Amino acid sequence: MLCYRVIPCLDVANGRVVKGTRFVDLVDEGDPPELAERYAHEGADELVFLDITAAPEGRGTLLDIVERTARRAFIPLTVGGGVRRVEEMRDVLRAGADKVSLNTAAVSDPSLVSRCARRFGRQAVVVAIDAKRRPPDPAAPEAVTWQVFVKGGREATALDAVEWAARAAALGAGELLVTSIDRDGTRSGYDTDLLRAISRSVEVPVVASGGAATPADFVAAIRDGEADAVLAASMFHRRMFSIADVKAAMAAAGLPVRIDREAVA
Amino acid sequence: MTRIAVVDYGAGNLVSIGQALQAVGADVELVDRGESLDRFDGLVVPGVGAARPAMNRLRRRGLLEPVLGWLAADRPYLGICLGLQLLFEGSDEDGATTFGVLPGRTIKLVDAPRLPHIGWNQVELRRPHALFDGIPDGSNFYFVHSYAGEPDASAADAILATTTHGTAFTSAVARGPIAGVQFHPERSGRDGLRFLSNFVGSLRSPAFAGGASTSAVVAAVGAA
Repeated sequence: MLCYRVIPCLDVANGRVVKGTRFVDLVDEGDPPELAERYAHEGADELVFLDITAAPEGRGTLLDIVERTARRAFIPLTVGGGVRRVEEMRDVLRAGADKVSLNTAAVSDPSLVSRCARRFGRQAVVVAIDAKRRPPDPAAPEAVTWQVFVKGGREATALDAVEWAARAAALGAGELLVTSIDRDGTRSGYDTDLLRAISRSVEVPVVASGGAATPADFVAAIRDGEADAVLAASMFHRRMFSIADVKAAMAAAGLPVRIDREAVA
Repeated sequence: MTRIAVVDYGAGNLVSIGQALQAVGADVELVDRGESLDRFDGLVVPGVGAARPAMNRLRRRGLLEPVLGWLAADRPYLGICLGLQLLFEGSDEDGATTFGVLPGRTIKLVDAPRLPHIGWNQVELRRPHALFDGIPDGSNFYFVHSYAGEPDASAADAILATTTHGTAFTSAVARGPIAGVQFHPERSGRDGLRFLSNFVGSLRSPAFAGGASTSAVVAAVGAA
């Protein structure tokens, strides 16, 4: 039976791991390959690097980080941030990434998703969606909808998150990484309504992101949000809970997880 | 040192398989054009994605013949993901004709709740095998795929392990020195390294039994 995945996320800016609240106020959290290796030893199922500066001049730094990480952590690695062309995706994969996450570039040019999927297979293409709840419509106060934001959450688009998710999967995304901007860094739990709405509209796996504070939040993302994998950053970086804590809570809730019998606590 | 050729036909991430094989003590060389493979002890064919573009690339780079020759000579082969699927006669994914070393076809996973099948899943051994020495039955390995190679009844003896996603599919095959796995050992943590270490060890000595030496290698990698 397929295990639910627990994924530490490393936001990288200028070669360092950082973490902000609602995408701003960045705090330094460490060296990317070092943290990646620590998480691999602690039982992480996968790792995500998001290059949040995503400046073209920082690309060399990112590729170097990916290569150093691939040499030390023998678990899957997804890299996102600033990939706009098929050739850039090729470079990131060649450096040692297994998947590339597309966000802003996929919204401005959806054909990029299909071109990357054709070239590298859909399993290598993740579409990341940053979504924010729209204010309730007075005419239909019960209906909840989410708006897609790009450029690190700074720029609103006209896209509805659930519709965009279905379209991205149809275009060739093999996985969706869904972040709630409202919850990101707030430690108030995942937006399970958003996750469930997207999860039910696609066949591909959905990775939950934004808002994790306790192991119970991970369980809720899977049970209520129907997510296939759960991602968190500061909760792990600051050692509030370990990966083992999270997996123990998931296992206690009856969710299949990979218990690494040699994991370092 | 054990010399392993990793066949490079332009299919994405070869860094991780190269790094992982080096980590367990192999001397690794990427082979990206047709040349004699005589100097190698083992051949690893990695890859993800569809069969037809892979077959076309292998042919264009002059790699298809050396690989088929290697298989015909019954020399040690490890296919990973697409490298396993290519061993069969053809693929339903795009109708491609593949190596045809094992009777059977690559088919879409049946009744899968989600596709692609991405993540860690249990590998259930059908029989003991040196490649799984030191790895408990039912251990988790990392999968990323929507299709899997299924041996015909005539090749049922080749099935080494199965995994369930919706219904059970063949997740490892072995027939003599030719083996293939649907999962990614290079991305499967310590058990993945142990598996690769067993493969490398089997090339050094046919009587390789795993055990202590494998654990020592994996521990050394973990401590690195």
